[in-house]
Amino acid sequence: MSLLELSGVDVAYGDLPALRGVDLMIEAGETVSVVGANGAGKTTMLRTISGLLRPRRGQVRFDGERIDRLACHRVVERGVVHVPEGRKVFPSLAVRENLELGSYPRAAKARRADSLERVFTLFPRLRERMSQAAGTLSGGEQQMLVIGRALMTLPRLLMLDEPSLGLAPLIVKEIFHIIAEINRDGTTVLLVEQNTRQALALSRRGYVLENGRVALSGSGQELLGNEHVRRAYLGL
Amino acid sequence: MTLLDVDCVTKRFGGLTAVSRFSLSVAPGEMVGLIGPNGAGKTTVFHLLSGFHTPTEGDIRFKGVSVVGVKPHAICRRGLARTFQIVQPFMNLSVLDNVMIGAFNRAAEVAAARRRAVDVLDFVGLGARRDVPARELTLPDRKRLEMARALATQPEMLLLDEVMSGLNPTEIDEIIRLIRQIHAQGVSLLIIEHVMRAIMALSQRIVVLHHGEQIAEGRPQVVARDPKVIEAYLGDET
Repeated sequence: MSLLELSGVDVAYGDLPALRGVDLMIEAGETVSVVGANGAGKTTMLRTISGLLRPRRGQVRFDGERIDRLACHRVVERGVVHVPEGRKVFPSLAVRENLELGSYPRAAKARRADSLERVFTLFPRLRERMSQAAGTLSGGEQQMLVIGRALMTLPRLLMLDEPSLGLAPLIVKEIFHIIAEINRDGTTVLLVEQNTRQALALSRRGYVLENGRVALSGSGQELLGNEHVRRAYLGL
Repeated sequence: MTLLDVDCVTKRFGGLTAVSRFSLSVAPGEMVGLIGPNGAGKTTVFHLLSGFHTPTEGDIRFKGVSVVGVKPHAICRRGLARTFQIVQPFMNLSVLDNVMIGAFNRAAEVAAARRRAVDVLDFVGLGARRDVPARELTLPDRKRLEMARALATQPEMLLLDEVMSGLNPTEIDEIIRLIRQIHAQGVSLLIIEHVMRAIMALSQRIVVLHHGEQIAEGRPQVVARDPKVIEAYLGDET
């Protein structure tokens, strides 16, 4: 059984269709990336999985259970954690307070101290800046903070929306490296990226979304070698 | 004569020095890249050049005349325009109206502003979208709109702040083509960008900022091999 399964999902904003009959599966332990042009429906897909949007048709199942009618916080409690695009930290709260807010669900709260230690081990820079207001962190550090905050929620599936956005090359490498490490520790990862090459290189499998439909899917390596992907998304 | 002269500029915010003794000259027709880690002070430099911030020390001259203390709209009228990293068009106005607002920098009459805006929109490839509200544009089109608004002011020099962030490689190639066309019209450019493929392809010269200070400057291929730049910004290839 797959950990996450979307079948025949249609989502629309008013009259405007955003996802059309999307099928997608993620096995436990995988890293899967979703690539595609701006406006293809990638963020809409994540928002649908986390319960922010309701499908018009189709189902979203997590660990065998339907989650497409659950409130967002119920989806989070089941272990589906979404890191939205754009590094949304609480700027006036300390780094540590931002992290603690991630462990809001009851099960996560019980393990808060352990989780905090795990995050500080993964991101030593956050430990150094534990008491600093999050708004004073650099862009790369803020991205580390929001990933750390998501880990505090004890995700089984971690969904990252453009974690490399607006970051310098060195920090992008660091972030991708950490995503791989999180996955090695057993967390399943669903990654949405414009940084097509690095995302597919990191992923076991990938999906290409075009105009709200799955246009292609395959192993990360297959997609990197695919002529259409190279032309349309890698600029080759 | 140089077009832009940044002369040993320092900007402090309370105890924090965001930009430290930074100097830069841009000649007419030049295309210069400004790179550096997040938080290095790149956007602060743009804020200083465009009059949103005033330097704590040092002078900034555009076409030989100091712009220190000059209001942003007046700097724009002198021919120095900029874009913003986070694009904020007037969402409920049409694409055309958004660009006309820029055109009023020089145009005295509505008809003239409209003509200018129509031309600019055709130039950036948004001609067919001119009557839709800005909120209906996709991100790549919003980036084009951002550039169109600045171009409508008829700048001699344009500051581009991360116009490629959030775009995929194919969309980036299209923006690179557009920037080349802008340059071919005689506009000088100073470009902040993290997309190295783009900055390497476009820049005649690259300046690298780190902790508010310039750590390298030179031709793209030379800067990209500079150990200080690799350590602070690029990372090694592994």
